[in-house]
Amino acid sequence: MNELRPMPLVKIVASLVLSAAFTVAGSAQDQAPDVGPHPNVGRSQMESQIGGIVGHSDSGRVKYDYVRYCAGCHGTRGDGNGENAAWLDPKPRDFTMATFKCRSTPTGMLPTDEDLFNTIGRGLVNSNMPPWNTFTRQQKADLVAYIKTFSPRWQKEKPGDPIPIPPEPPITIESISHGKYLFTKLECWKCHGPQGRGDGPSASTLTDSKDQPIRPYDFAESSKDSRFKCGTTNRDLYKIFMTGLDGTPMPSYADIIKPADAWDLVHFLRVLQVHRPGRENEILAAAHGEIPPYVEKPDGQKSQAQPAIRPPSGMGSE
Amino acid sequence: MHWKKLYAAVFVIALCPAMTFAGSITGKVTYTGNPAKPHPIDMSREPSCKAQYRTPPVSETVVTGPGNTLQNVLVYISQGADDANPPAQAVTLTQKGCRYVPHVIALHTGQDLDVVNEDRTSHNVHPEPQVNREWNKSQPPGAAPIRVKFDQPEFILVKCNLHPWMRGWLAVLKTNHYAITGENGTFTLPDLKPGKYTITAWQEDYGTKTADVTITGNETKNVDFTFVAHP
Repeated sequence: MNELRPMPLVKIVASLVLSAAFTVAGSAQDQAPDVGPHPNVGRSQMESQIGGIVGHSDSGRVKYDYVRYCAGCHGTRGDGNGENAAWLDPKPRDFTMATFKCRSTPTGMLPTDEDLFNTIGRGLVNSNMPPWNTFTRQQKADLVAYIKTFSPRWQKEKPGDPIPIPPEPPITIESISHGKYLFTKLECWKCHGPQGRGDGPSASTLTDSKDQPIRPYDFAESSKDSRFKCGTTNRDLYKIFMTGLDGTPMPSYADIIKPADAWDLVHFLRVLQVHRPGRENEILAAAHGEIPPYVEKPDGQKSQAQPAIRPPSGMGSE
Repeated sequence: MHWKKLYAAVFVIALCPAMTFAGSITGKVTYTGNPAKPHPIDMSREPSCKAQYRTPPVSETVVTGPGNTLQNVLVYISQGADDANPPAQAVTLTQKGCRYVPHVIALHTGQDLDVVNEDRTSHNVHPEPQVNREWNKSQPPGAAPIRVKFDQPEFILVKCNLHPWMRGWLAVLKTNHYAITGENGTFTLPDLKPGKYTITAWQEDYGTKTADVTITGNETKNVDFTFVAHP
């Protein structure tokens, strides 16, 4: 049995000093944590440039804004493990991976500052990320800079060059027809479904890069407000399939689709939004709801001719 | 006289690789225990792929051979080799019959990888790295090969989201000294200078095993690896 003896004063002082030192070390660790597969080595200050606005990751308010408005889902460490994350589907973005869906840059490349800035202001439809319209432009720019501190990738790599987008040609029943041909040929329907309802044969098996189930976009259901994950305009739609949504099953078609053809696909995707009032659906209505079949001439010229191309099995009857 | 000496020296140097790099490591990879039975893959959803098989193809996570041998195990020099430069020649990963051929492919950091689609269906090529850049590209039938490189050493799972059974591995290494075991589970790492080496065997489901080997000259060292299989 050990004898109980009063602790010498020296020991008491020493233990107090030690525990104080641990407390200090603990709080310092909270500020500069190590995260995920990218240890946050040298989590140095970052800047962002949005037009004439320069954002700073160490601006007076940004940490407050991040902790107050973002960390609940994205986590104080930026790893997507905020306290709400368990309840969310899809899961919040993990900033330590520096992989982003909505980019103007090619697949595999970092987004531009403006891409991130726009995502904050726009929110992500069909997720819990709302449009943060209450922030000033400066606040958003600072948050963009702050988000960039979570991955060392932002110090090592430059964002890609935005993909070129040629001017949109006129919407015609021919462009819609050719778009439909591409939708079939490029097998967009395998995930998005023959009618764009997000119910293609591969839809139920899809997972994102963190092995979380993910649903393909349902064009028909989402047609009320016509918002896409990464925007609302035809240009946004063009960007989505040419850049791909990194971190998700949606690949880039930039190497596959010629820019002119890409606009035709945009025009067809718009008619999948069956309830959306818009030029594409007006033109389809004027053609009595019939999309004429498209066949490719041997020389690659676009043409309208019979007979109809047969949709692959699984495409359904139309 | 002077020139003759030089020629002689050049001749001797030219012979050197054959003389000094003659060490090699060879061995066999086996398992103990009971590995999971490979399960047949139902490719009915992709008739053009299904038609390429007489019997349904099976999963390739663990491929065993006669005598408890393991196929598709990557064996490489993880320490001691000094080849910093990637080979100029590209390695090719082929999508055929809705599978990745080969199932495990190794390449050097910075080496070109060509991804080829030989199927009559689209694939999307979607590597899911943790330290390299993630990207995802569609590749319809007849499309040009996708040529890429990876900067950082990493074992990268590659997927096709259209065909969820498709899973392959890209082993990005800092060495050109590697081998992947074939049907009989054997491997050979040739052309090794004398020196101390650590060799690593990696099986996608069972993880890694390492061994230290010293090569002293023109010799072949035998190193076998045994993994503990689990169902």
